[in-house]
Amino acid sequence: MIKQIVAVTSMNLRSLPQRIGTAWVIVIGIAVTVAVLVSVLAMAAGFQQTLKGTARADRAIVLRAGSQAELESTIDRQNAQTIMDAPGVRKDEAGRPIASAEVVVIVALPQKKDGSDANVTLRGVGPNAMKLRPELHLVAGRMFRPAVRELIVGKSAAAQFKGLDLGSKIAFRDSEWTVVGIFDSHGDAHESELQGDAETVQSAYRRNGYQSVTAMLDSAAAFDRFKGALTTDPTLKVDVRREADYYAAQSTNLSKLLNLLAYFVGGIMALGACSGALNTMYTAVSTRTLEIATLRAIGFSGTPIVISVLVESLLLAIVGSVIGSAAAWLFFNGNTVNTLGAGFSQVVFHLTVTASLLVSGVFVACTIGMLGGLLPAIRAARLPIATALRAS
Amino acid sequence: MKFIPLIWAMLWRKKVRTSLTLLSILIAFLLFGMLQGVNSAFKQTIERSNVNRLVVTNKISITESLPYAYMSQIETIPGVQRVSHESWFGPYYQDPKNFIAAFPVEPEREFPAHPEYIVPKDQLTALEHTRDGAIIGAGLAKKYGWKIGDRIPLHSTIWVKAADGNSDWDFTIVGIYEDPNERSREDAMFFNYKYFDEARSFAKGKVGWYIVQVKDPSQSAQIAQEIDRRFANSPDETKTQTEKEFQQSFMKQIGDINLIVTYILFAVFFALLFAVGSTVMQAVREQVPELAVLKTLGFSDTRMLVLVLVQSLTLCVVAALLGLGLADLLFPMLRNTLGVVNMPATVIAEGVLMAALLAVATGIVPAWRAKRLVIVEALRS
Repeated sequence: MIKQIVAVTSMNLRSLPQRIGTAWVIVIGIAVTVAVLVSVLAMAAGFQQTLKGTARADRAIVLRAGSQAELESTIDRQNAQTIMDAPGVRKDEAGRPIASAEVVVIVALPQKKDGSDANVTLRGVGPNAMKLRPELHLVAGRMFRPAVRELIVGKSAAAQFKGLDLGSKIAFRDSEWTVVGIFDSHGDAHESELQGDAETVQSAYRRNGYQSVTAMLDSAAAFDRFKGALTTDPTLKVDVRREADYYAAQSTNLSKLLNLLAYFVGGIMALGACSGALNTMYTAVSTRTLEIATLRAIGFSGTPIVISVLVESLLLAIVGSVIGSAAAWLFFNGNTVNTLGAGFSQVVFHLTVTASLLVSGVFVACTIGMLGGLLPAIRAARLPIATALRAS
Repeated sequence: MKFIPLIWAMLWRKKVRTSLTLLSILIAFLLFGMLQGVNSAFKQTIERSNVNRLVVTNKISITESLPYAYMSQIETIPGVQRVSHESWFGPYYQDPKNFIAAFPVEPEREFPAHPEYIVPKDQLTALEHTRDGAIIGAGLAKKYGWKIGDRIPLHSTIWVKAADGNSDWDFTIVGIYEDPNERSREDAMFFNYKYFDEARSFAKGKVGWYIVQVKDPSQSAQIAQEIDRRFANSPDETKTQTEKEFQQSFMKQIGDINLIVTYILFAVFFALLFAVGSTVMQAVREQVPELAVLKTLGFSDTRMLVLVLVQSLTLCVVAALLGLGLADLLFPMLRNTLGVVNMPATVIAEGVLMAALLAVATGIVPAWRAKRLVIVEALRS
């Protein structure tokens, strides 16, 4: 039996070049489906990774109760101090809490690609922000000084928006701000931001309160203690969230939309590729009619024939998925995109073709190949030998 | 006309193959209809924006507010007919998922500035006289089954009431507006600015942005400049755009939808070209003896060419129409996720054109072959 399978399959594959014209239909149909599926999912994966990368297990973010994003929230000075002094917040050597009460405002800056204005986050951070976010480090220039209108700019923001190069000046709110540093924070959401001193930003925007307080906790387990202390305090009306939860919520909507797009479009395309595969395999079987009938006549059973057809379609499907994934990876992996995030400001992220996406691409391709090969294979096995031999 | 049965018979020579090809084309055009439909629905919304209106926002960004006092100053600028204002309320109903686009406005300004919103006069008067009244779009009313007289609590993610430090705001629905030309704009809610401004705990006396109706749209550029000049070097500098520019810049912030749609459709049609091309090629190859007979009977070369081309044209156009029809049926499902309501009719025309191009591209080589067929050789094979 095994011998028969090997013999028939290898004979079939050797004759494949003769049918190369129609074989391309499977390969290209599947390549295109996989390429679209993988690239759209890569967009979703990249966005999620950027937001997830912003979170740390032992950090918590505090917003006013009911606010979904920093921009919607307000926390006054007194409350901000209470939050930073709460139990569970880690202290530095000098005994000051490693936390930052932050002012979040939006600046309209032109995008490099088409010059149209986009909302960019300007975050005014507290004096201990660098200890709070050790992942953030300067790659050029220096840190801003307090009480002077100076900014540091995330690497992604500098790449995506105009006028953010080192030393350049941005004019807003009746004064000019100078970009004195560029920072890297491993591609997280802060890299799409501008940062400056909280007090300076407040005075420029004539504000007195903050939008959020982010605190480093003693440990990830200290969260419950911290949260408990804040929610039972009658002077506070706040929501306390782990950074991971907060940033996951920020990415839900867009990820959902992108996944919907990927599965809807990908699903429909897979259906199309499937009908293309069926067509090709039916043709392949019908050109092999004489060969198959002869094999059956000299005593080969149906199974090796079925398998030979399935192997052919699976092989073509895999070739297609490799081409499709390679195309998605070559053209789109690492591409930088920016979009309006949940917080009404721009998030810059990179398309990320992950290994698991490639695996799902191959899986989809094999399913299409299998479905496309099955019916024709059954027809091949059921060919009435006598008529088939006579027909040609 | 008399060749229709012949073409039909030739098309259905291999039923399985033709059905499968039909299905591939149908699916490609279903995608075309949905994606291109969303794309042009967005574009249409922008195109249809009112040319008489300007939007005045804070120069820093739309999230920064403007003083209420600007209104009377803008009104004095020559060429300005009417000024209205809106602010961002950012509420949801019961669950953060049920976001609602609600705006505090002055009804006697907002509705005259938006003549496309159709509201019965008595409902408008009711809004002016009901402190916590609200007029909602017909789409919103349908979504939640709200009707006039209902009291609805909304939770604002931004605004806290000064009285109780609470973010839950109550409204009474006093009217329902319609916008027959643009049903996707029937999902908003308008309520009294006075109620909002008196109750909120901060930013009193500020508005989100101004909407300026101009007397003559050809003057809108000068008026926009004049408004921005008037407030230049003040603490709150303005940025004035036409409503169209304003919406365009908003779409551009979300991303290049057009580009993504083009990429996907390009990929789809590239694959389709191969699938259909190979089917038509095979069909003609198998039809060679029949075509030879037809030629013997006196069919001219040109007629042979046309016969094959019409076959692929029929296949492509019929499948395309089915696909576009299906897309049209499925389109309303996208209302909740994307806010689009109907597939624009232009998409169908574009689709049919694409189908014709596809038919010619895939049919021309086989058709040429049929035309050049040598009878003797063809019959011998």
